[in-house]
Amino acid sequence: MSHIEIKNLSKTYHSKGPGAPVTALEDINLSIASGEFVALLGPSGCGKSTLLNLIAGFEFPSAGSVHVDGQIVTTPGPDRGVVFQEAALFPWLSVWENVIFGPKVNNTPLHEYEDRAKQMLRLVGLEEFRDSLPVQLSGGMRQRVGIARILTLGSKVLLMDEPFGALDAQTRLSMQELLLSVWQKLKPSTLFVTHDIDEALFLADSVYVMSARPGRIDRKITVPLERPRKLEDTSLEVFRSLRLEILHMIRSFHG
Amino acid sequence: MLNPSLRKTILGLALPLLVCLLWQYLGELKQFAGILPTPLKVLQGWDDWIFAKPGMGLNPYLGTWTANVSYSGSRVIQGFLLASAVGIPVGLMIGWSRLASSIVDPLIQGLRPIPITAWLPFSIAIFGIRDFGSIFLIFLGGLYPIIVNTTQGARDVEKNLVRAALMMGASRLQLLIRVVLPASTPSIFTGLRIGLGISWTAVIVSEMVAVKSGLGYVLWDAYYVGRMDIVLADMASIGVLGFLSDQMVVLIQNKLLSWRILQSH
Repeated sequence: MSHIEIKNLSKTYHSKGPGAPVTALEDINLSIASGEFVALLGPSGCGKSTLLNLIAGFEFPSAGSVHVDGQIVTTPGPDRGVVFQEAALFPWLSVWENVIFGPKVNNTPLHEYEDRAKQMLRLVGLEEFRDSLPVQLSGGMRQRVGIARILTLGSKVLLMDEPFGALDAQTRLSMQELLLSVWQKLKPSTLFVTHDIDEALFLADSVYVMSARPGRIDRKITVPLERPRKLEDTSLEVFRSLRLEILHMIRSFHG
Repeated sequence: MLNPSLRKTILGLALPLLVCLLWQYLGELKQFAGILPTPLKVLQGWDDWIFAKPGMGLNPYLGTWTANVSYSGSRVIQGFLLASAVGIPVGLMIGWSRLASSIVDPLIQGLRPIPITAWLPFSIAIFGIRDFGSIFLIFLGGLYPIIVNTTQGARDVEKNLVRAALMMGASRLQLLIRVVLPASTPSIFTGLRIGLGISWTAVIVSEMVAVKSGLGYVLWDAYYVGRMDIVLADMASIGVLGFLSDQMVVLIQNKLLSWRILQSH
């Protein structure tokens, strides 16, 4: 059974003032298997972040449904961890306090999460920074805290909303490698939103290509690269031809 | 070369000093005699007011400064703490809950345009010529800026911080205490500082009318008996107390908001 199941989903925004309602998403069907890594690829304004917000439970569909673990999604919850575009760490809390925020609000006793939190902080390479404030960290490090807090939370579903979009090219590459190694270890079902073709192909098992106005899924592409993946894979012929194919596809949508 | 901070101090003091010198000079001229006491006379009067033995001779102000400062000061502290204790939670509720906003906000916005001075007769009628009449006005004066700024802070909490907390399983109450409150702290302190300033205004006004002690009472009383040196020393005292109390709030603010200070560098 698939872990996340989206059926005939549409999302329409009714503006408060005059003006026609805007259809952000139209008739979306998508399923993510347990432990699968799925990338949602599309131009800005195609509704890919909206789709992620619907799975997270931050917004509600106008039609259709989102099921996670066979349950219909009605609210946000710790079973679906979200990594935000700008990390969204609490700026008044230290790295450590940010990482353990989840277990703390769920009243988990310290001994049940302390080791795990330390381990996750080590996994993202930030154990030395546990007492720093987010503002003292670089953008890449902040995203790593964002990832560590989701891992500590123990979410089975990982939802990532262009998490590396604001990073420079070098940092972005090392974050992608870090994410892959973490994913390889823990195998959460992952939805990764991006507008970067290389990123989508390098990370995902399946890439859903979207187009805008109204937001639709146009094609599902299965990435035939082996796991674990290495940086060198991006220069393989199969990678380059897939990239070209997607590029052409996106151009054709725009007429 | 002077070091920069000393240079800044000297530059800052130059103009006030010049004004005092000019005032001293003009005050000693015959044409202006008796209009205003000179700065030296004011200092003399202030000194007696603070340090002289009370009760001697015809000067009723000797040695009463400390007592009056503590009357006014304790009223401000009580009124201001009361305003904070009410204003911060109410502001958070209005900013956070749409229901609370629709119920409470109209009342606040309706009362807010009434100046605290207009509340004086009401306050005297209800509380009499007693301490609480003054404290009530201070409370009221401090309350509005604290509520309004806290409300704004709670409304401006970054959406993704709220989403992050909900995603990690925070309840409504945890969200309020662990996210909305800390995120609003910078605005809350803006409100506290404005509120404290108004508290000092309120204490002086209320002591002029509604109580028979404190710096505001002395101010008016000294004016009636023609002791302009005490009037000016009183004004300066209020200024110093206002400044010091504001600095205390700033100190607490800097301690609580170190994350914010780092952010702006």
